[in-house]
Amino acid sequence: MMAAVRPGPLRPYLAIVSARFRMLLQYRSAALAGLFTQAFFGVTLIMIYEAFYRSSAASAQPMVFAQVVSYVWLAQALLAMLPWNADAEVRAMVRSGAVAYELCRPIDLYGLWYARAVAQRTAPTMLRAAPMAVFAAIGLPLLGLGEWRLEPPASLAAGAGFAAALACALALACAISVLINISLLWTVSGDGIVMLVATAVSLLSGLVVPLPMFPEWAQPILRWLPFAGLADLPFRIYNGHIAPGGLALALAQQLGWTIALIALGRRLLGRGLRRLVVQGG
Amino acid sequence: MRDALRLYLHYVRVSIRSQLQYRAAFVMTSIGVFLITASEFVAVWALFDRFGQVHGWTLPEIALFYGMISITWALCDAIGRGFELFGTMIKEGNFDRLLLRPRSTVLQLLGQELTLRRVGRLLQGMLVLGYAAAAGTIDWTGPRVVLLVASIACGVCAFLGVVVLQATSAFWTVDSLEVWNAFTYGGVTMSQYPLAIYRSWFRGLFTYAIPLGCVNYFPGVAILGRADPLGTPALVGWIAPLAGPVFLIVCLQVWRIGVRHYRSTGS
Repeated sequence: MMAAVRPGPLRPYLAIVSARFRMLLQYRSAALAGLFTQAFFGVTLIMIYEAFYRSSAASAQPMVFAQVVSYVWLAQALLAMLPWNADAEVRAMVRSGAVAYELCRPIDLYGLWYARAVAQRTAPTMLRAAPMAVFAAIGLPLLGLGEWRLEPPASLAAGAGFAAALACALALACAISVLINISLLWTVSGDGIVMLVATAVSLLSGLVVPLPMFPEWAQPILRWLPFAGLADLPFRIYNGHIAPGGLALALAQQLGWTIALIALGRRLLGRGLRRLVVQGG
Repeated sequence: MRDALRLYLHYVRVSIRSQLQYRAAFVMTSIGVFLITASEFVAVWALFDRFGQVHGWTLPEIALFYGMISITWALCDAIGRGFELFGTMIKEGNFDRLLLRPRSTVLQLLGQELTLRRVGRLLQGMLVLGYAAAAGTIDWTGPRVVLLVASIACGVCAFLGVVVLQATSAFWTVDSLEVWNAFTYGGVTMSQYPLAIYRSWFRGLFTYAIPLGCVNYFPGVAILGRADPLGTPALVGWIAPLAGPVFLIVCLQVWRIGVRHYRSTGS
C-alpha cells in the first residue's frame, strides 16, 4: 500500500517551500505597512526623476518618462525578490551548530538550501507585489496622479517576455541567495560579506537608480554583470526599452549566470562543509 | 538635570563597551554601512553626470543638502535606537521594568543603546559635505558655519521627534510600524534633494507636518547664499531650523499621553 504514495524526487523540496511559504504568510499586517512605505518611496523617487526630466533636453534622457515610472514601480513591487540578505534560519543554524542536522537529512544540501531560497524570495514578493501593482496602476490615477501610474507592458510580447525574464530573475536571485548563505559557513557572524553583496545587488541591478541612467561608458559593463538580470533586464523588457527581439539574448544571459553561480555554489558548499567546525555541543 | 546627564553618559559608556566586544564584526558592519550609503551617492552622481543639473541646482549644491541630512540622520539613528526598537520592548513586556525605575522613560530609552555602527553613514555624510564645502560654491562665513552646525543639531531633534512618534504608536498597535520608515528613511531620501523640486503638497507635508525641510532645505539655501526659488525671504533660513526642537517638544507631549495610556501585554 505504501508503494502507491512513493514520493517523487522533488517532493521533499516542495514540502520545504510550502512550509516556509505558510510561515511567511503569517505577517500580513507587516506587509500592509510595508506597502505604504514603498508607495511613499516610489512617489518620492518619481518626483525626483520628474524634476530631472523637466529640466533637461530629451537627448539626455535614456528612457521616456513613462518608462522610468514603470521601472520605479516594478522595483518597489519586486524589492523582496532581490538577494540582499541572508536567510535568518540558516544564519541561526550556522551560529548554533544546528546546521549539523541539515547534513543528516537524506537529501542534497545545495538543493535544500536552494528550495529554502525559493521560498524566502517568493513568499514575501507575492504578498507585496500584487497590492503594490494595484496601487501603482489603479490607485494613483484615482488620486489624480495618473502620469505617475504603472503602465501596462509595452506590448503583448513584452508582457510575455517579462513573465519569462521574471522567472529567470528569480532563479538567478536564489542562486545568489544560496551563495550568501554559504558565505556564513566561513564568517559565522557574516554581516560584512552580506552587506557587500547587498550593496552590489542594489546598485548594479538598477534598484537604486535605473541602469540606463548611468554614463554611457558604464553601460556595457553593467549590462553583462549578473546583477542586471535580477531587475534591470526584466523591467526594461516590460517597459519596452528592450525590444522583443532582444529577449532571447537577455534570457540566455540570465540563465547562463544562474547556471554558473549554481555551479560555483555547489563547489563552495562542498569545500565549506569539509572544513566546517560545528559550533558548540 | 546634571544627574540625569551623568546617568546618560554612564549608559553610553556601557553601550559602547559592549559593542566593542566584537571588534572585527563592528569594523565589518561599519564598512558595510559606509558602502551601502555611499552607493546612494553614486546614484546621485550618475544622475548629475547625465543631466548636469536639476531645476538649476548643481551637484556641489545638492551635496550640501545630502551631506547635512546624512549626518543628521546618522546621529539621530545612533542616539534614538532605543525608541526605534521600542515595538519589541512593548511586545515582550519589558517596558514595565522601565516604569518601575525612578527615572524618566525618555532618558532610559535614549540610554538603551548608542549605536556605533552608524559611524559608516556619518563618515559618508561628512565626506559628501566635505566635497560640497570644498567645491567652491559656498562662500564660508562664521555665521554660516554656525548655521550649518545648528541646523544639524535641530535636524537631529526633528528626526528624534519622528522616532518618538513611531515608538508612541506602538502603545496602541503593540508592534512598531514600518509605516514610520516613510518619514525617517523616506525623509532622508527626500531631503537629499532641494525641497523646491517637489510638488506643493509634498513640500507642505515636510514643512508643516514633519519639519525636515525647515532643518535642511531652508538653512541650506541660506548657507549657499542663493535666493529661494520658493520665494521665502532670506531670513527664513536662519529661523526655520528652530522648528526641529519645537517639533520634538510636541512629540514628547504625545509620548507622555502614550505612557499614560499604556497597558502591559503581561508577557
